[in-house]
Amino acid sequence: MDTFRYIEGAVTLQLDQEACIGCGSCVVVCPHRILYLEQRKAYITNVDLCMECGACQANCPTEAITVDPGVGCAAYIIAKWVNRLLGREIVKGCC
Amino acid sequence: MATSIGSVPKVFTIPSVRDRYETVLARVGTIRNTYAIAPGIYAVGSPTSTSPVLVSANYKLSFDTLRFHLAGFSAWILVLDTRGINVWCAAGKQTFSTQEIVMSLERYRVEQLVDHQQIIVPQLAAVAVSAHEVKKRSGFTVIFGPVRASALQEFVANGNQADEAMRTVTFSMAERMVLVPVEFYLLSRQLLVILLVGVALSGIGPDAFSAAAMFDRGGIFVIITVAAVFSGALVVPLFLPWLPGRQFWIKGLFPGLLVGLWCLWGCDTVLSDFEKAAMALWSVAISSYLAMNFTGSTPFTSPSGVEYEMKRGLLVQCLCAAGALVLWLLSPFVI
Repeated sequence: MDTFRYIEGAVTLQLDQEACIGCGSCVVVCPHRILYLEQRKAYITNVDLCMECGACQANCPTEAITVDPGVGCAAYIIAKWVNRLLGREIVKGCC
Repeated sequence: MATSIGSVPKVFTIPSVRDRYETVLARVGTIRNTYAIAPGIYAVGSPTSTSPVLVSANYKLSFDTLRFHLAGFSAWILVLDTRGINVWCAAGKQTFSTQEIVMSLERYRVEQLVDHQQIIVPQLAAVAVSAHEVKKRSGFTVIFGPVRASALQEFVANGNQADEAMRTVTFSMAERMVLVPVEFYLLSRQLLVILLVGVALSGIGPDAFSAAAMFDRGGIFVIITVAAVFSGALVVPLFLPWLPGRQFWIKGLFPGLLVGLWCLWGCDTVLSDFEKAAMALWSVAISSYLAMNFTGSTPFTSPSGVEYEMKRGLLVQCLCAAGALVLWLLSPFVI
């Protein structure tokens, strides 16, 4: 995936190393392989490669890793904006 | 086949002619939203109480991809009710989830079917499947399998160990191209409306409305619009890694500009300067918008990033489209 780089500095991924217990679950599930374990603590290698899928957050037993997950899709975001204007809540997905 | 929990359907690992035909239709988009199978337990090969349990989605394309990679393999497949949506998108929508797995394990009595308490779940489902939650609520251990079903047999043979390649998403040329037909299909209705409105507007001129102008100018409008759609929905995915820019709306400018340049220099005999400028702006707007729309199909764009680029991209696209409309409508009155 090195050929594909998206916008820098936009990603919401954060890791609280105090809370990390070094279980390694996040390292297993990350589809972009940007997490690794060293001396029972997780580290992020390149945060800009994160696509905010949320797999690491869902599999962290101590909520040490957080991200604002979602679908990176223009149609979805337009629907979200329209809903905010109209005060609706249901977003019909695109996939 | 007969099992301890009753009769379980056995599925083949080789696609039938019908499977192939329906795969094409699902890829094109015509049956995509209804291409689902019944949730439940399926058998592949001759599974026993010690065989692995693979968890899958009930989108038939997902299920087929899995079973066609299981030739010579024996396993149980637990198909969740993901409303006919593929694994990754269903996880994104929270239907391929911890809750759904816990419920399905119970409803389909997996505990009585096998002696072990392990299930192999596709890695991409981890978005909504918390292994530790499943364990807590059902007693089953979730083993995250490889990203792609093609690596599953190797994964199991290695003692449920995945290498880095198995755990990494890719976006190869083939993976991008297979997404193109459905982009066109989903676009077709809006495109038809835009073409009809555009052709109708093309007839407006100094003598109120001219059918001849509608056909002449409208015809050119249709050609340019279709070329711009191909720029955004085909050329952009095809050349994605090599188009300049990180933001997709910027990537989409370039093929749109090529169509625009063709209008500016190749249409001297048929278009006025105003019309040439209008069509150039129009093709850039369309191509850029469709490129931005492709963010939803890639496996590397973050929602924060897409929102960031849309605030810029949509503005440029709207300005280009508005400029195009004004120039196109003004042109007959100026000359």
